[in-house]
Amino acid sequence: MATDLATDALDIAGIDAFYGDSHVLHGVSFTLRPGRLLGLLGRNGAGKTTCMNTIMGFLKPKRGSISLFGEHVGGLAPDTIARKGICLVPQGRRMFRSLTVRENLMVAAQRTRGAGGRPGWTMDRVFDLFPRLKERHAQFAGSLSGGEQQMLAIGRALMGNPRVLLMDEPSEGLAPQIVAEVGRIIAQLKAEGQSIVLVEQNIRLALELADDIAIINTGVVVHKGDAKAIKLDDAIVSQHLGVF
Amino acid sequence: MQWQFWIVQTLNSVSFGGLLFLLSSGFSLAFGLMRIPNLAHGAFFMLGAYFGATVVYFGGDFWLAALAAGVGVGIVGIALERFILRPLAGNVQGQVLVTLGISFIIADVCLLVWTGDPWTVPAPPAMRRPLLVAGFAFPTYRLVVVVIALVAAVALYFLMERTRLGAMIRAGVDDMEMARGVGIPVSLLFTVVFLLGAVLAGAAGAFGGPILNAYPGLDADMLPLALIVVILGGAGSLLGAFVGSFIVGFLYNFGIALFPDLAYFILFLPMLLVLVFMPQGLFGRAAP
Ligand SMILES: Nc1ncnc2c1ncn2[C@@H]1O[C@H](COP(=O)(O)OP(=O)(O)OP(=O)(O)O)[C@@H](O)[C@H]1O
Ligand SMILES: [Mg+2]
Repeated sequence: MATDLATDALDIAGIDAFYGDSHVLHGVSFTLRPGRLLGLLGRNGAGKTTCMNTIMGFLKPKRGSISLFGEHVGGLAPDTIARKGICLVPQGRRMFRSLTVRENLMVAAQRTRGAGGRPGWTMDRVFDLFPRLKERHAQFAGSLSGGEQQMLAIGRALMGNPRVLLMDEPSEGLAPQIVAEVGRIIAQLKAEGQSIVLVEQNIRLALELADDIAIINTGVVVHKGDAKAIKLDDAIVSQHLGVF
Repeated sequence: MQWQFWIVQTLNSVSFGGLLFLLSSGFSLAFGLMRIPNLAHGAFFMLGAYFGATVVYFGGDFWLAALAAGVGVGIVGIALERFILRPLAGNVQGQVLVTLGISFIIADVCLLVWTGDPWTVPAPPAMRRPLLVAGFAFPTYRLVVVVIALVAAVALYFLMERTRLGAMIRAGVDDMEMARGVGIPVSLLFTVVFLLGAVLAGAAGAFGGPILNAYPGLDADMLPLALIVVILGGAGSLLGAFVGSFIVGFLYNFGIALFPDLAYFILFLPMLLVLVFMPQGLFGRAAP
């Protein structure tokens, strides 16, 4: 859509977020442009998941604004935010364990949005993307392997026909060949024009896929820039992300 | 004589278990989803019993009485959820206490409207004559109650396991935050499940009328039984509510018939054991 190209897909401006009394995000700002992939990096406990949770509405921001293609969504209920088109692949996958693979996809289905002329996601399309899930469609999600659960978590988010896809450490705890597969899937989604925020500890993977990078450190964004530039600048990576 | 005792007690246990299932299935689903025990659930049952008794008293058909009880208590339930529990969202302690308060209010209103004397409810005329099978006399009405409970169990199973709505409810029981995160309107589900529980409890009260009568204190007699069922079976588990209801039905009836002095001990001991050794209940899931 023309308006989609004119505005930022996701704009986070000056977010402060708390868990009870503990102040975790301090004025976090970053921008995701339509059809691009923003890599959000940072050490353990830096506040990446908290960012995702705040965007998703799990946590209400105390200050700051969140807008999706120009529409304010900060402070809305998570189900409203999901229906507006922000879908999350959560850290730790968080499958509905007592639902089958098919049911996990079914409950997350949202109407198709006119997302830049791309075809909407259906269960069949998700099964085409992940043939393993099709084979296991009647199995309980809790009985899947870690890699399969990650595929299901991605498929479940896609069923919401995301305008912005948030992925929180999709490579965490997976064997190298599965990580490579997840990487291929993300690249494919990006090639289709999907706007993505990718949180990763796997810096190599993130730098390979991302157009832009934001680095967060103890709840503060300490660096923003082009992914290519960061790839060539070891100093930034070692300063903010430790060993590389 | 001896045989007759065992058979009648068994049937009493099964039919009482059926009533308990009608009472506790919705209670358990709401408990699993909303994470609060609705302590007004026993009062819902009593209210249903009075509603049913009243309709029958004024010459209404028995099935109409059960319908009226379900609808009437359903309205009370929806009002409680929408106007009292919802504004307290996130305040679990407040919600639980408020349901307890509501149960006292309902009990007082019942005392005012239906007086302190018990209302006996006759079984429908067609079901009063015992059913004679192989020389044994079976109380027909109790058999009908068992059939009603089984029909309800199958319908609830279908709803929970074979529909998108049921899958959404189970998703909410599994991980409520994530359910919201995939766009499931969880607060609407709260209303649906709470309403379902209220309707079932109200109808159960009407169906229980001919067996238990409607009397002050019926609420307090039933609520602990529903709580035991849910603790045994696991909150949010339909299968757990089903199995738990019949276990409690048997323990309650045989406990009272064989060891009247120890009836409550027999009833609460299994609950204690389950709490100590299987805190999630027999069919419950670990809390997220
Ligand atoms: N539910 C919570 N309650 C209180 N503090 C929390 C909670 N969740 C996270 N924190 C704290 O907030 C800070 C940021 O945590 P967060 O999970 O956002 O980090 P992260 O960047 O996602 O880390 P990781 O890479 O390990 O996933 C940490 O100090 C963490 O201890
Ligand atoms: Mg994290």
